[in-house]
Amino acid sequence: MNNPIAQSVANLAPTGGQKFRQRVLPLIILAIIVVAIPFFGPSRTVYALLSVMGINIVFALSYNMLLGRGGLLSFGHAVYFGLGGYAAMHAMRAIEYADGGFWAGFPVFGLPIIGFAGGALAGAIIGWPSCRRAGTPFAMISLGVAELIAAAGFMFNSIFGGEEGISGDRMNGPELFGLSMGPVSDVYWFIAFWLVVGVGGMYAFTRTPLGKMSEATRDNPERVEFVGYDPQRVRYLVFIFAGAFAGMAGGMAAVYFEIFTPEAVSLLPSGFVLLMAYIGGIAYFAGPVIGAIVLTYMQSMLSDFTEAWLLYLGLLFMLIVMYAPRGLAGIIFGVTGSFSNGTFSEMIGKWLQQLAGAFLAFLGLIVLIEVSVNWSNGFGEVFEPFGLHLTFANPLTWVLIVVPLALGILILRRANRETEEVLA
Amino acid sequence: METIIFSLLNGVIYGLLLFMLSSGLTLIFSMMGVLNFAHASFYMLGAYFAYTISGVSSFWLALIFAPILVGLIGAAVEKWGLRTVHANGHVAELLFTFGLAYIIDEIVKIVYGRNAVDYRVPELLDFPLFELFGAQYPAYRIFILFISVGMLIALWFILNRTRAGLIIQAALTHPHMVGSLGHNVPRIFMTVFGAGCALAGLAGVIGGNYLVTDPAMAVQMGPIVFVVVVVGGLGSLAGAFLAAMILGLLQTFAVAIDATFADIFGFLGLSQTSEVGSITIASLAPMLPFLMLVIVLMIRPRGLLGDREL
Amino acid sequence: MKLMKSAALAAAFGFVAMGASAETLKIGFIDPLSGPFGPSGDAAMKHWMYAAEQVNKAGGINGAEVEIIAYDNKVNPKESLIQFQKAIDRGVRIIAQGNGSSVASALIDAVDKHNKRNPGDEVIYLNFAAVDPSFTNDRCSFYHFRFDSHAEMKMNAVTDWIAARPEIKKVYVIGQDYSFGQANAKAADAMIKAKRPDIEIVGNELHPMGKVKDFTPYIQKIMQAEADAVITGNWGADMVLLIKAAIASGHEVPYLTFYGGSLGAATAIGKDGVGQLYQISEVNTNLETTPEQNALIDGYEAAYHDSYYYHRVFNAMTMLDEAAEKAGTNNVVEIAKQLEGATLDTGYGTITMRAEDHQILQPLFMSVFSDNVTRGVEGLPLGWTSGDADRIEADATAMPTSCKMERPE
Repeated sequence: MNNPIAQSVANLAPTGGQKFRQRVLPLIILAIIVVAIPFFGPSRTVYALLSVMGINIVFALSYNMLLGRGGLLSFGHAVYFGLGGYAAMHAMRAIEYADGGFWAGFPVFGLPIIGFAGGALAGAIIGWPSCRRAGTPFAMISLGVAELIAAAGFMFNSIFGGEEGISGDRMNGPELFGLSMGPVSDVYWFIAFWLVVGVGGMYAFTRTPLGKMSEATRDNPERVEFVGYDPQRVRYLVFIFAGAFAGMAGGMAAVYFEIFTPEAVSLLPSGFVLLMAYIGGIAYFAGPVIGAIVLTYMQSMLSDFTEAWLLYLGLLFMLIVMYAPRGLAGIIFGVTGSFSNGTFSEMIGKWLQQLAGAFLAFLGLIVLIEVSVNWSNGFGEVFEPFGLHLTFANPLTWVLIVVPLALGILILRRANRETEEVLA
Repeated sequence: METIIFSLLNGVIYGLLLFMLSSGLTLIFSMMGVLNFAHASFYMLGAYFAYTISGVSSFWLALIFAPILVGLIGAAVEKWGLRTVHANGHVAELLFTFGLAYIIDEIVKIVYGRNAVDYRVPELLDFPLFELFGAQYPAYRIFILFISVGMLIALWFILNRTRAGLIIQAALTHPHMVGSLGHNVPRIFMTVFGAGCALAGLAGVIGGNYLVTDPAMAVQMGPIVFVVVVVGGLGSLAGAFLAAMILGLLQTFAVAIDATFADIFGFLGLSQTSEVGSITIASLAPMLPFLMLVIVLMIRPRGLLGDREL
Repeated sequence: MKLMKSAALAAAFGFVAMGASAETLKIGFIDPLSGPFGPSGDAAMKHWMYAAEQVNKAGGINGAEVEIIAYDNKVNPKESLIQFQKAIDRGVRIIAQGNGSSVASALIDAVDKHNKRNPGDEVIYLNFAAVDPSFTNDRCSFYHFRFDSHAEMKMNAVTDWIAARPEIKKVYVIGQDYSFGQANAKAADAMIKAKRPDIEIVGNELHPMGKVKDFTPYIQKIMQAEADAVITGNWGADMVLLIKAAIASGHEVPYLTFYGGSLGAATAIGKDGVGQLYQISEVNTNLETTPEQNALIDGYEAAYHDSYYYHRVFNAMTMLDEAAEKAGTNNVVEIAKQLEGATLDTGYGTITMRAEDHQILQPLFMSVFSDNVTRGVEGLPLGWTSGDADRIEADATAMPTSCKMERPE
């Protein structure tokens, strides 16, 4: 029997080489990159940024277990990051003040495990009432819980340490891998190790039956019930794992910053992790990784150049939501994907047009925003790019705002119209 | 007795202010399924516009034109923003408003500065109306009461007694059917979104000078609006009204209770000096709405008077 | 802002750390410059920049030009630590921070750890507004100097002021429910009982921070308790809304605040607060003072179109300047040694950096919000004034300390 259908179905299964390329290779590349970076002799700033990026990557990926993979929109994911971090922080203090016993032998290097357990526990407790439903009820419960925990953070000083939080010293307990954990370069290796473990772990999770069922529950909970699974239970289990990995990121942060404050459980970081995941692209596993890298950089570095960095962040987010719902990863994979299916040459013209349009429009916007910010501050500072003296009184300013903006939008519209015609 | 009367009066007024703020969101949410995160930002815009308008003319003109202006902006946002995103689903719409809130906040900071502006209660209403047990009662609070009751009646009239209201009500519960009957559903959506934002703007006009008009006012009001809408229930203005009243009263009455956890749970051995035991009910008052949100969603996900689940 | 931009551009992608250079003395200003607390940090930054301009006009510190490099920490402790690393890379060895005790706590820790882990490359920390008492008590550090009176000292001054007024018989304390508010509540209770046992504390209330929209129920409660004065450590919207609710209810007793004079409050409260709103602080611009001080205030307000508020920033800069000149070097450890016990004659009296805990001792003033002032705030005809009886001398503000300072060799 030569059944053509059976044959083509069989061909759909990935070959061994494909499996390796798609599933194992990216992780190996990630590991190589993090190992290679220290050989370039980074400065403290770079070490700090990389470490925070590492923490945020794990955090954003854990968030995407809910939003991207599970279809659960949470406004309170920082609760698990924070509670896991606090668990690790208390453990770090236990190590510091231990004489003998379990904690005396516990290396600081292993604290993310405590964070993982703490996050899982918090997820197990809070998840029980919240996971009964998906969609808006879930989002609203997460919001309510986040507000409650954030308020509790300032009330219960013995757990959260009040406004100043609790701090510890990571240079205690037994050393692992010969790392004293003192200098930032030592901590970098710690972060790198747990980054690879976290990313690997979460990727592996997507391949488990539970990970698959989570996606199925997102797409069609009724069908999941028909095939004999309980969507509520699937959501609950996924929620616990997401909380656990967020807690692990919290543990990494506890060791890196050596301090945890109640703001860590507040709505602000919960909103930020949503931005990281969505801007990066929730449809791809790598999306939150890209989002975490870009937004961490923006948060810590963009504020050096402009006070209005939050506005740029908001604009970027809006543009992504409106025009690139698959996020930065969607754009990148769109381009790389066109190489493999041979549409690159057709698409390149349109992309270049879009790029030029976006660039021009963005240029106009920057001039508008920067001049406005300086005007609003009102103490005589002026936006002076390339020696130009731009104020609202200067006609050149308006030229620089209107011309690139109009031109950019025009080009963008044209490029988009062409696509529509092609589609039609 | 004094406490009860005061708490009742304050609770009702606070509840009415909350209702004004959330009635617009209830309309938007029920019809479009969009939890508008920028709703409180429109409330802020209302206050700032009123500040500008009352600066050049009078408060009374601001009372009329500021909400209209906010409504127009809202309609524009719906037409050129939300509609584009609509195809990508509710999560995308929600995130769009989430980002919009960021942007409105930042733009307000650039245009109006980062500190509070001097938006005051008009002279005409700036006097103590009566004295109750030694405390003066400002006339402006009673004015708030009248405006919000007036708005409530107007809203009720429009929704129940006019043709447009009937269409909107129908679209609240059966949007597809309304579309099939030949009504321009996108335009209804735009109108409702604009009107909802205008209501938030109106709340801003009368709330901005009563409270504080600064760039942080949106963030402060944000989450509590959702509580009202969700607790009240989808598709039910009456529910939103009930929820706002309950929240207003609950919060003001709780403030008056000085009992601690130890007083209540003392029989469990909770001591007055322990961390949990020393918490007073009064200090928890502002957290009660969120407790209520979580409990209602767990026990009755359709809200108090909602006609369907979220 | 401009000062730092050019260098920041170079550092943005730079993998190479830049060392400290001889010609400039860099002060890393780590405070919020965006978000809800942006205005406070922004105002403080302008004070630092103007103070630096003044020092540079007089030839700099030991001939080195002072450069203020601003870092936006978004009042987030974690973000502050990242900005701290960036500052060290830029060659900053003196950091200045004020807004938020959580940030201050993180920075004290970070500075101590940095100095322990990088001997010979120390950093010192000039704290101009974080008032948690523990920073100059249990958690005191050789590298940390506080130029503001801490919360207990302020409460001490407030209760001194109350104790001197026999007409006050009943006091109500209200605050935000977090470590600062809780500490204030305890301190007020203990101090009033010690100073005036006849005063009844008719209420000691805590409410969650930033969650209360309408304070009227609280005001009714205070009025029913028949309080003669209200003490509050509230700041931001919680302070403004509390005072506005009190005004609306016609509750005309003194509201003694810590942060009544903070930026934007005068505008938000308006003329109705006159005679009712009090604030404890190290300065108000209507105090009698030297012509130099008046010129400084005028100069600042003209240059930045902003109210003169952070007087302590100028104290900090002048004391830093004098200590460095005395040490004859810009090495921060040497400067720190000279700062210990240093005194400075300011336009408002002599101030001392107490050697045992690095806490400034300065006269404090209980000022009242008034419409009869020569110098208004925020462009309003309203401002702060105080009489002779409202001055609390520097010595009287001193509190015992539990600090056990560890000094470098």
